[in-house]
Order: sequence, then structure tokens, then C-alpha cells
Amino acid sequence: MLSNFISTNSRSKSFRHLAATSLLVLAPMISAPATAITPEKRGLEIAIEAKNRDLGWGDMTTDMTMTLRNKEGQQSIREMRLKSLEQEKDGDKSLTIFDKPRDVKGTAFLSFSHIQTADDQWLFLPALKRVKRISSRNKSGPFMGSEFSFEDLTSFEVEKYSYKYLRDETVNGQDSFVVEQIPTDKFSGYTRRVVWIDKEHYRALKVDFYDRKNSLLKTLTFEEYNQYLGKFWRAHRSTMDNHQTGKTTVLTYAGYDFKVGLKDSDFNKNSLKRAK
Amino acid sequence: MHRCTTSRYQGLIPLALAGCLLASPAMAEANTETELEVSGRVGYELRLFDNDALYSGQSDSANHSLFFEPEFYWEWSNGDDGVIFKPYIRADEHDSQRSHVDIRELLWVHVSDNYELKAGIGKVFWGVTEFQHLVDVINQTDSVEDVDGEDKLGQQMINVSLVRDWGVLDLFLLPGFRERTFAGENGRLRGPLVIDTNRARYQSSAEEKHLDAAIRWSHTFGDWDVGTYWFHGTNREPVLVQEGGVLVPLYEQMDQFGIDVQATIGDWLWKFETIYRESDNQEFVAVQGGFEYTYVGLMDTAMDLGLLMEYGWDSRGEDGSTAIQDDLFLGTRLTLNDIQSTEFLAGLGQDLDHGGSSFLVEASRRLGESWKLSVDARIYDSDDAVDPGFALRKDDMVQMTLERYF
Repeated sequence: MLSNFISTNSRSKSFRHLAATSLLVLAPMISAPATAITPEKRGLEIAIEAKNRDLGWGDMTTDMTMTLRNKEGQQSIREMRLKSLEQEKDGDKSLTIFDKPRDVKGTAFLSFSHIQTADDQWLFLPALKRVKRISSRNKSGPFMGSEFSFEDLTSFEVEKYSYKYLRDETVNGQDSFVVEQIPTDKFSGYTRRVVWIDKEHYRALKVDFYDRKNSLLKTLTFEEYNQYLGKFWRAHRSTMDNHQTGKTTVLTYAGYDFKVGLKDSDFNKNSLKRAK
Repeated sequence: MHRCTTSRYQGLIPLALAGCLLASPAMAEANTETELEVSGRVGYELRLFDNDALYSGQSDSANHSLFFEPEFYWEWSNGDDGVIFKPYIRADEHDSQRSHVDIRELLWVHVSDNYELKAGIGKVFWGVTEFQHLVDVINQTDSVEDVDGEDKLGQQMINVSLVRDWGVLDLFLLPGFRERTFAGENGRLRGPLVIDTNRARYQSSAEEKHLDAAIRWSHTFGDWDVGTYWFHGTNREPVLVQEGGVLVPLYEQMDQFGIDVQATIGDWLWKFETIYRESDNQEFVAVQGGFEYTYVGLMDTAMDLGLLMEYGWDSRGEDGSTAIQDDLFLGTRLTLNDIQSTEFLAGLGQDLDHGGSSFLVEASRRLGESWKLSVDARIYDSDDAVDPGFALRKDDMVQMTLERYF
């Protein structure tokens, strides 16, 4: 396992070079036979294209509702509001404010995600008025008791995975690439993810998650995609099915507002404390 | 804001509760038009003491109590201005001192590009450690609420906060002082002598109207979160002076300098707090430090296990009024990460000088969507009269709290 992690990590570093060079060199090579490209290169290209198509959204806010259901059909609701700020050359900044369940109302979570180093995360506990810096290693744990883990909810960064293109497949009538993504972070809860990305818009349609024993753990399905600012595609509904427990979490978004004028100053420990 | 007797407020509580439960759906509907948001909690608490009371006047083994804490929030100018109003009321079966009302918050918050202004009554927390909050100094402890010192009375304040590249600078003017609450004659969890809060005395001739001030700088350097401050004003911790058969609180003037540091490295949180305090009667240094380690995904489950260890030291040693002068703390926190947010917490405080110890277990779980049940148990073990915990040796208890959030 250890050697696996090491090779994964070193692969990701060399891929960063590859990414830059491939963009420069590949253009004149398009007519070259497809066999010249390894599945790893192809997978990385797809990831870079998907990321590039989603650059420049600036800042956004959205309201989220999570519906947790167990096998017996009992359900529980989580409501939260998310503010996000795109960063150049680094992961996004985000602020999540919880509204439901009522006993955690006012709890807020500030995260600076980073590409190369561990994320910075702070939690605001409203009863004590306390801001607590927390360990960002806790990414494999369930988010608010749901089937989503923290890492499932963080922004996609090319460097977080190494890649392997598997095949083409049709999902709900949409031509898709099927790509395997192997997390570069050894604290990830997954050995790998298999992602279906539609060829037309490079949107994730479906993700299979494999646990640390490499068994199929969960499937995430994205639905109700809407396009914003004529460019950015956002799913309004995503469903996480846990195959091992039979539990399901449905995450719905009430809609997104882009470029609302959020600034860096909206994402610090002071703004976390006054988050309402 | 004045403490009230049970008889005056006991009748009000059921009315307030009923009013709130009936009003909340209607209020929620009005939200979109008025920008007023109403939320809060109401609860029932039962304390069961293992032993008969040690001191005369104290209540028997069971104690019932009700509390109510609504929160009203108005917002305007696109969220740049807001007012929060959070009153609090508790009615206690036996202890008239524990039955009290307080304004936890009545605060106007204004956010501008260059500064943030808060004016009114508010609450501020400073610090990083878990077993003792040494550097936390702005708000007075509402010690009748719980023995952990985490409940605070609202503090009058004007606070200007400047967020800059070099950190956050907070300036505080604190016009007026809140007296610490103490259990009354009929209450448990007190010493042999009742503390007569009606006879509180002050060093300053301005008494409780003294204008206190504080300045704090805090910043994040990578994995390190640091803060330091200077506070000048009324000591929140009174000197207790015996007069006849009671203790009288004496509030001195003090200067306090504090530092708090947390390093967040991998799964480890390293924590350190220290204060230096100077007043007419005393001059001392106190330190609290340790770590919190979280084992994520215990035995391939969704559960997390936290392990905590802290050490507290105080230069006053055994002469000081402090319970923590050479004490070791161990704790563990088990989080099930289930839908009902079930949590268990156990903590042990061991006095390394006298061998006195205290042990606590806390368990909590959400019931349905808006109820929460907590069960806490506390055990005090002390044979040495020098140990501050000695006075509580017959106050082992189990506390059950049922809360409804709205």
C-alpha cells in the first residue's frame, strides 16, 4: 500500500509538468494516431479540460438541502448556505453556514482549500462564540451524518488525483468518457473513483467510489444541470447511494448566484464569527 | 439584567414558553417580509445528587429546572448591519440565585470595508484549550448555570475590529461590569459558606460602572493560530472575604496580559495558553497547555475518537484561590457521526498536589429533528480540605437535559 501511495504521489508531480507540456505540444499532434496517447495521459487531458471549462466563475452563493434516508425510509434534513470564492493558482475559499438541524443552527465552517498542502479549516461554535481551528485530515468522515464525506464536497482540483482513461460509454443517452481517478492524498477514504464525464460539456454525470479495501462503496449521480453565465454548468440535484449500508443522501441546490461581489474579506475568522 | 427571585419569574416561564411555541410558525412566515429571524431553545433540566446535602439549607437529592433562550435577529443594508437580541431566563426549583434572567446579547453589528463595529451587549471567546479557559476574560462567568465555567453573562461593549494583512486588531471599551453569579443558600454545588452577592464590594470607587478596556491582536501563520492581549479593568474573579457567616465578593482592579497559541499539524492540535495578572492583592502567572489528537474512522467505522491531554499550572500554588495549580487533565471524545449526532465525552482532572480528582461523562444525541437529549455525570473525589474540590465531595450528580430548538 505504501509503495502504491508513493508512486501515486510521484506520478502526480510529474503529471504537473506533463499537463503544461501536453497543452503546448499536443495541439499540432491532433492528427497523430490515438494509440500514441497512453490511458494515463488521456485521463489527465480530460481532467484538465473539465477544470479549464470551469475557470473564471469568480464567486458564488447557493442554498443547499440534504435529505438523509436510511434503509427503513426514515429521513432527516440538513440545510445550509454556501459562499465560495475562486482563487487563482490555489484551491477555493468557502464559508458554509448551517441552518438545520436547529441545534446546530449558526454553526459555520470556513475552509481554504489548497492544491499542494493540507487545507486550512476553522469551525465557529455559536453557543460558546468560539472559533476553533480543526484538522483538515478528517476528510474521509461523514459530513453531518450523511453519505457524503468532507472530501466529496470539496472543489475539484486536477492535482488531487492521478488519472487513467478507461473507455467510452453512454449514460442516459449522453456520450461519456469513463475515467479512473486515484487520490494523491493518502488520507483519502478511497482507493479510487470512476467518473463518467459527458463529452459535450465535460460535466461529471456519475461517480463510483471504491473504499480502502477497493470494494464499491457509493455511487453519486448528478442531475438537473443548469448553465450559468453562459458557461458554468451546475447540477441542482445529486444523489449519493451507499451500496454497503443501503442509505441514501440527496443533495439539492435551490439555485446559484454567481459574481455577487464576494471578496477575500468575506472569508476570514471575523466573517466566520459574524456569519448569520 | 438584575437577578430575580424565583417567585417573581416562575409564573412567567410557562407563559413565555407557550407564547413562543405558538408564535414561532407565524413568525417564520413573516420572515421574508420583515427580515426578522426568530430561533432559540427551551429546555428542562433534572439534577439528581447521589448524596444528601452536606450543608444546612441545601436542597435534597432532586432538582428540577426550566430555561428559555429565544434569539431575534434583524438584518438590513444587505447584511452590513444587523441587530441580535438574545435574552435568557432560568427558573430553578430550589435555588433562588440560580433562577435568573440575563441579556446574553443585544448587539448592533456594522460591517464596513475597513472595520467592523459592535456595540451593545455581547459575548466574546478567546482561547484554545478545553479543560480550562485561562485567557478568556471579557465576559463574566454565569457559574450558577454549570460548574464548567462555559456559561457567560452578557457584557456591555463597544468593539472595533480591524482586519489587516498583519492580523486582526480588536479594541474593546467595556462600560460596566457584571458580578459573578453564585449558588444561593438552597443551592447545591457550593462551599460551606454562602456567597452573599448583595454585599459585593469594589476596589474602584466607580464600582460596577468602571470603564474597562482591552486590546487584542490575533493572526494565522500557516499551521499556527496565535493571539495576544492586554486587559485593564475589573477582575472577573472576585476575592472572597469572610464576614460573619458569609463570604463577600471583592472585585479588584487588575491588569492582565495573555497569549494563546494553537498549532494544527496533521491529526494533532497543540494548544497553549498563558496569562500574567497583576492586582493589589496578587501577581501571578498561569499556564494551560496540551494536545488533542483525533483518530478518524475508528476500526473502519464512521466513528471518530479524540484523545485529549492538558496540564495546568499556577504560580500561586496552594495559596491561590484557583482550583487548578498543578493539575493534569485527560479526556476522550467519541463521535459516532450518525444521523442523530451521538457523542460521548469523558474527562478526568487530577490534582497532582493533593490527589483530589473530578470525573465527568457527557453524552448527547438529537431526537428527531428539533430535540436534543444530554446526560452528564460528575463525580468529585477529595479527602483533603486544602483542595478546592473538597467542598463539593458530596455533590456527585447526574444531570439530564432535554432541549427543544426552534
